[in-house]
Amino acid sequence: MIKLLLEITDLAVEVSGKEVLTDVDLYIDKGETHVLLGPNGAGKSTLFMTLLGFPKYKVTRGEILFKGENITNYSTTDRVRMGIGVSFQNPPAIRGVRLEDILKVESGADEDAEELDPEVMELVHKLKFDEKFLDRDVNLGFSGGEVKRSEILQLLAQKPDFIMFDEPDSGVDIENVELLAEQINILLEKDKKIGMREKSGLLITHLGYILNFVIADTAHVLMDGKIACSGNPAEILDDIRKEGFKGCVQCCKVH
Amino acid sequence: MLQSTLKKAEKAKEKKALYGEDIDLEKFIKEEADEHENVTKATEVPKKVQESLLKIGVDPSEKERSGTFIQVDQSGVCTTCASESVEIMGLNVALDKYKWLKDYMWKAVAPDTDKYTAQAAIRESKEYPSGYFIRSLPDSKEIFPLQACMFIGDEQVMQTAHNIIVAEENSELHIITGCATGEDVSSALHVGVSEFYLKKGAKITFTMIHNWAEQVEVRPRTGIMVGDNATYISNYILTSPVKSIQSYPTAYCTGENSRVVFQSILGGLKDSVLDLGSRVLLEGSGSSAEMISRAVSKDQSQVYSRGHLAGRTQNVKGHLECHGLVLSDDSMIYAVPELEGSATELEMSHEAAVGKIAEEEVLYLTSRGLSEEEAASMIVRGFLSMDITGLPPELAAETKNMIDMSLKGM
Ligand SMILES: Nc1ncnc2c1ncn2[C@@H]1O[C@H](COP(=O)(O)OP(=O)(O)OP(=O)(O)O)[C@@H](O)[C@H]1O
Ligand SMILES: [Mg+2]
Repeated sequence: MIKLLLEITDLAVEVSGKEVLTDVDLYIDKGETHVLLGPNGAGKSTLFMTLLGFPKYKVTRGEILFKGENITNYSTTDRVRMGIGVSFQNPPAIRGVRLEDILKVESGADEDAEELDPEVMELVHKLKFDEKFLDRDVNLGFSGGEVKRSEILQLLAQKPDFIMFDEPDSGVDIENVELLAEQINILLEKDKKIGMREKSGLLITHLGYILNFVIADTAHVLMDGKIACSGNPAEILDDIRKEGFKGCVQCCKVH
Repeated sequence: MLQSTLKKAEKAKEKKALYGEDIDLEKFIKEEADEHENVTKATEVPKKVQESLLKIGVDPSEKERSGTFIQVDQSGVCTTCASESVEIMGLNVALDKYKWLKDYMWKAVAPDTDKYTAQAAIRESKEYPSGYFIRSLPDSKEIFPLQACMFIGDEQVMQTAHNIIVAEENSELHIITGCATGEDVSSALHVGVSEFYLKKGAKITFTMIHNWAEQVEVRPRTGIMVGDNATYISNYILTSPVKSIQSYPTAYCTGENSRVVFQSILGGLKDSVLDLGSRVLLEGSGSSAEMISRAVSKDQSQVYSRGHLAGRTQNVKGHLECHGLVLSDDSMIYAVPELEGSATELEMSHEAAVGKIAEEEVLYLTSRGLSEEEAASMIVRGFLSMDITGLPPELAAETKNMIDMSLKGM
């Protein structure tokens, strides 16, 4: 039997007593990049948090397999240690915890280490940060673009096998979208031949601008907690641009 | 000692302190001042003392220190000074050397404040004045700090100390002090009376780390007189268990444009009862104060974080801030910020918040691979590790390390 990297079957999720996701099936193989589209409130972020194992998101049905293991009841820590990573849409600021402290943990350095790995330092500079910035409390007073860059930087230090990006491009200027896309391509090993890629990704985007730079294999449209359709990213985006999510509602009815 | 001082002290012998559990002073042994041997260098004090010193920022190698004073129980055992700008010596020595010093005794702390000050005053008059005297000479600026340590080495002792610190006009003085207890001491009492006098344009930074044993009771009494254009900065760190500590240092900003900063990091652990405050009386025109505390309560600890800011003349300003994190259901934080304004044209504010760790923050860190415990600990350490201001760069870096070290166990 061939094991996929991530297999989500028949998933239903409840948040604060409300069913937000119903009947979600999603399969992502090693080396693939999928896009998740859908209107505000459709449940995209909810799917991410559920895959991460945040306690508020209760799986009421179905299961999640990662690397062949049923992780439905695993803690977030265990999932992350198995190779799941995420960049958040709106990460919290933590007073007194510096970006550098987190990078140390992620890159596997000792917490007491005086300095970051030179390799990580190189990443810091690539993302247009300097030493001073590392000293700042994480996300505290970061600009929108800085938040997104810091999230990607953390993923680069962490090197996960399956990465979820929640709107990495929203609120980011054109120049920085290209920079972020470049790093996302590195994270997803886009420089390697298709068959050689080991890393996979699931990317939420509203405008799809970042897809001009990050090639995705498949797109899914999430409507009202269900996957309405899946297919070629360019075609689906094109439809949505032309008719909005109306078309997808019809799709939903057909399915 | 002045007869009037002694008389006041005698009268206050039974006077309970306003805050903190009352302690029966009879339970404790009063050791003689020559019980412990004198040495000429900090590296010669007993090993068990040296090991504790490092934990409280007092470096036995005396590297980058301008001088050292170590008191063990009631005995001043080590005094060294490597600077021309500052003086450090046992209070008894200083009283013989400087006739004027008696005028600084019990002027910033009243001998009849409570039974503890009374006890210290009476004992000092009957036996031998313990504690240290520190002075920075006029117009001097010594960037290397002086270090002083109060160490309790024997079981059941009552350690009393009377410290006088004088910063002469336009001088700058940095002091690191720590208090610790020997590993084998389970019960003891420390009463430390500290009086600070900052003359015109002087600056003192006073960084203090407490590392007592679990059954030790501590009652420091501190008064600070701040003259014209003078600045006093206090950094206080306590992150180890203690039976009880109660202290409420008071700064008198009588000088024009005088300034005081109190910063405290309080970690309540096990059964500790911490009752710590700071009080600033703004009495000089243009004087100002900032009082910031961060408190965390764990286990069964009780933490009282008090602050009192009084504006008593025009054109003064002050800010009082206490933030607390309650980490266990059996622990407690009680924040009492008080503002008192008795003049027009003043600007005073306070900010107090007591809460729990934000779950969202813990989750964020677990999504980076930390366990929940590791995440909580990182957040708590971050919460407590405030930026310490007012120190020269080298000392600031060292102090930061000291704080990081103190926060390891949190
Ligand atoms: N903690 C919560 N309590 C109650 N409802 C919630 C909670 N979290 C999410 N929801 C609801 O679940 C639905 C899906 O929210 P989600 O954040 O997953 O949407 P989204 O697709 O990411 O939207 P957007 O594009 O705006 O980011 C929304 O109706 C939202 O209000
Ligand atoms: Mg969302």
